[in-house]
Amino acid sequence: MKKRYLFITCEEAQHICDKAQYNEATNWEKFKLTLRYFWCHITRSYVKRNSKLSESVKNSKLNCLKTIEREQIKAQFTKELSKQERK
Amino acid sequence: MPKHLINPDQWIDRYSDYLFNFTISRVSDREISKDLVQDTFFAGLKSMKNFKGEASERTWLISILKRKIIDHYRKINSKKGQAEVRMSYNSNEEEGDWLEERIADPFDKTAEDTLENDELGDAIYSCLEKLPEKQATVFKMKTIEGLETETICNELNITASNLWVIVHRARTAMADCMEKTWFN
Repeated sequence: MKKRYLFITCEEAQHICDKAQYNEATNWEKFKLTLRYFWCHITRSYVKRNSKLSESVKNSKLNCLKTIEREQIKAQFTKELSKQERK
Repeated sequence: MPKHLINPDQWIDRYSDYLFNFTISRVSDREISKDLVQDTFFAGLKSMKNFKGEASERTWLISILKRKIIDHYRKINSKKGQAEVRMSYNSNEEEGDWLEERIADPFDKTAEDTLENDELGDAIYSCLEKLPEKQATVFKMKTIEGLETETICNELNITASNLWVIVHRARTAMADCMEKTWFN
């Protein structure tokens, strides 16, 4: 087995960590991330901060408008705004 | 000179999600929340001349929205009162099956939960406002709405690798900002 097949770069580790926040990392990717996590302090710090961010968003129970809903509000508002400007 | 300026052209992009989040946590209904947010923007537009620039645009819009939410509950309560009279004469339903039990209670959450969620939500939205527009949009779609990678790529016409680069930049900036304002 080639060494680079198992050992990943810091950037790759961060990419896998990002994907893992959305449950989109494969088990093999998670294994490679774990390997790097043990010996790379930059990866450890990135994983810690990234997980903290995900946890915060989850705890805040945030809601936002869907793109289409925002566009609908924007269209109505733009109409109203141009009426206002004509006055 | 006023500390803050008013710029309605950017209201929807900058504040619609923040106002929507504020509303839905209080009225628990997506459609009503959307209507209240839209009414708030319209009311803000009409009373723009009253904006003195002492508070930020966001704070000013929130104060309008709070009044809209109170009005909404007043309206519900007055309708509820009329309905209760009708029900007491016309229905043979079981004891305790009052209309008021079917209406969402705005004070259902504990005050502490609401306060903590609101403050954390404020901190997250304040950090989101500092991101470039594209990063903020992708972060919201992926992290808050929980949309699939493919859906976002199709909607924004970007590749998956492009999406992950944007997500990475957004998450790094968000973590930096949250570290300064919330984590510590």
